[in-house]
Amino acid sequence: MDLERRQFLRGAAGAIATTAAAVAAPVNEAAAFGPREPKTLPPKAVGMLYDSTLCVGCKACVTACKQANGKPPEQPEALAAWNQGTWDTAEDISGKTLNVIRVYQDGNMSQKDREQDGYAFVKRHCLHCVDPSCISVCPVSAMQKDPVTGIVTHNPDACIGCRYCVYGCPFNVPQYQFDEPFGQIAKCQFCNHLQAEGKLPACCDVCPTGASLFGLVEELQAEAERRLAQKPGAPYEFPRGKLGGDRPGHEAPVGEYQPHVYGEKESGGTQVRYLTGVPHEKLGLPELPDHAYSAVSEGMQHTLYKGMIAPLALLGGLVVLARRNAKAYHDEDPTQTDDEEGTR
Amino acid sequence: MNVSNFTAESPDPALENHQPLGGAIVTKPFMILGLFVLIGGYFILRRFLFGMGDVSHMSNGFPIGTWVVLDVVIGTAFGCGGFAMALLVYILNRNVYHPLIRPALLGGVFGYTLAGLAVMIDLGRYWNAFNLLLPWYAQINSVIFEVALCVMAYVTVLWIEFWPAFLERMPPAFKKRFNLHKMQIFLRRYMYVFIALGVLLPTMHQSSLGSVLLIMGSKLSPLWYTTWLPLLFLISALAMGYGVVMLESTLVQRAFKLPSEAALLIRLSRVGAGLLTLFLVVRIGDLLARGQLGLAFAFDRYSILFLIETTLFAAPILVFASKRRCANSRLRFLATISLLAAGSLYRMNGYLLAINPGNGWTYFPSAPELLITVGVVCLEIMLYLIFIKTLPVLPGRIAEVAGRPS
Repeated sequence: MDLERRQFLRGAAGAIATTAAAVAAPVNEAAAFGPREPKTLPPKAVGMLYDSTLCVGCKACVTACKQANGKPPEQPEALAAWNQGTWDTAEDISGKTLNVIRVYQDGNMSQKDREQDGYAFVKRHCLHCVDPSCISVCPVSAMQKDPVTGIVTHNPDACIGCRYCVYGCPFNVPQYQFDEPFGQIAKCQFCNHLQAEGKLPACCDVCPTGASLFGLVEELQAEAERRLAQKPGAPYEFPRGKLGGDRPGHEAPVGEYQPHVYGEKESGGTQVRYLTGVPHEKLGLPELPDHAYSAVSEGMQHTLYKGMIAPLALLGGLVVLARRNAKAYHDEDPTQTDDEEGTR
Repeated sequence: MNVSNFTAESPDPALENHQPLGGAIVTKPFMILGLFVLIGGYFILRRFLFGMGDVSHMSNGFPIGTWVVLDVVIGTAFGCGGFAMALLVYILNRNVYHPLIRPALLGGVFGYTLAGLAVMIDLGRYWNAFNLLLPWYAQINSVIFEVALCVMAYVTVLWIEFWPAFLERMPPAFKKRFNLHKMQIFLRRYMYVFIALGVLLPTMHQSSLGSVLLIMGSKLSPLWYTTWLPLLFLISALAMGYGVVMLESTLVQRAFKLPSEAALLIRLSRVGAGLLTLFLVVRIGDLLARGQLGLAFAFDRYSILFLIETTLFAAPILVFASKRRCANSRLRFLATISLLAAGSLYRMNGYLLAINPGNGWTYFPSAPELLITVGVVCLEIMLYLIFIKTLPVLPGRIAEVAGRPS
């Protein structure tokens, strides 16, 4: 009895020590936890500058996008009465709509790009983040970022449809086709297939005012800063299609911009830039920190599972304890002795 | 009830004698459960024929609905009984709780297996699910990848841990013919490896279920979003594991008029009280450290959810920590329910109710969507009943089972 008791106490002490170590290790690590290093813009990152003050809401980009990507027109039920399948009236991006023009309205909407008693257009599509959440959460590498151009693409043959990219995207961009039995994730891939042929993304190609402007991200950033530096109302030659391309631009007065290039730093940076006359959060462009949440999430995983050392060490301790305790137990178990010979 | 009757040094051999409960399988409650399974099955069929939108209210604002949150995130926490008891019995060497292990394990087997079934209903491209196992598709930075592989491994481990119950029940001639007694010896000799894995794997994926939410950032209310999410999910999963063992033991004991395990449950509830206290210390401490505790008293939607959740976490401590209150079986039962509700609400808040995807998106599950979840849970209970009646799961001393109600 005394011996058993001592044995038990020794076992208990060991068990408590291991548990304490097992709990303390992740706690220590979590306390020392830091986000993973931020990612940087790929060398030849391409992107888009969307200037809300230039957009006239013609939605040519929406139609061109559908044609370029083989997506059907969309008729929400609420609008079905007067929309007899002739008009594409997508209200937001969806499984059938990769980009869309939305409108901000306030009061009597008497002036464009004014927050009060005004209206403004905004374009919604993938921002091709520098450090994308969708890539970080995807368990099967279905989301990929091109190492050169930085375009975020989706591979439906890899995708299992778990929809964590939809859940985790800070801009709510990836869209699952819930109304299809074999639905897939739909997202803007910046007309990757057209760019491979040397063409422009469809939306930038057809934009009549240059509100959607294609180019290298760093040049687009410089262009955005140039526009911000102009005096509102001053004439300015706005390029169309591609920044630095041979297409003629058009002259228009510079808009009254909010002093912020949206997309430069948001969520660790993106490859799309927005210039707007109305505060961006009014246009559905959310307020986000300068770091990517994917860096937080991956920092945690890399801390806890670094080289699988912590899990393996924990497993080792558990095996030792389980072996001793299970054995001690089964040796004195009267019901389990029938055919167990020579195990020791 | 004198607690000191049960000592770790000398487990009561009679209690160790797992036996099938016996009795009719097709009973009235069983038929009612079956009806819900059929209804769920009908809507599952529709989901596969016409797509998820046909039966569910999930949207691209709330792409994760009740199938994941109730069946997987909460369902696997309810399946943590086996994990929690194995930790206590085999790792911390508290043999006194040994009688509770097999029923807890069985609860884990079904909790996790049917979570896997729910995932297959929920996956939008289920025919590609095998890609999770193909190394060239693996994405090791993904928390979901860790959860998926770890849960698959744990389901396997749970069935292996439970396998001796099948072997004990098989007729000797059958075992001899297929040489199964060798397997029995092998399993008995190396079971400690599976026991260790059965503690490690849930530690990993239950904490990862918290890490999943780290990607949500500002979509999740700061009352829930913290880098301590993995630890909070782990502690609450363990607490729910003990809660489930207490609930299951009480319900089965009442339904089948088995001998009471109250003395054990009272001891176990103290472990629960400790875990709940630890949870609240980390939870409130983190809010204080981040300076967000003020949000708890803003009395908006998130503040009210937080206050309900925290009350549900705190209330059972008052019962479990007091010997007098804990001896009252009704109070103890209510406290157990409160514990399980607290853990469930914490998970539901983190995954759904405290999420704001912006753009005016809202989510409330549709009836067919919920009926699929209900059907899966009913299937789980039906299988549990079949197993405890036909396999040696519950402790012995059940000679007087005749005339039980169900």
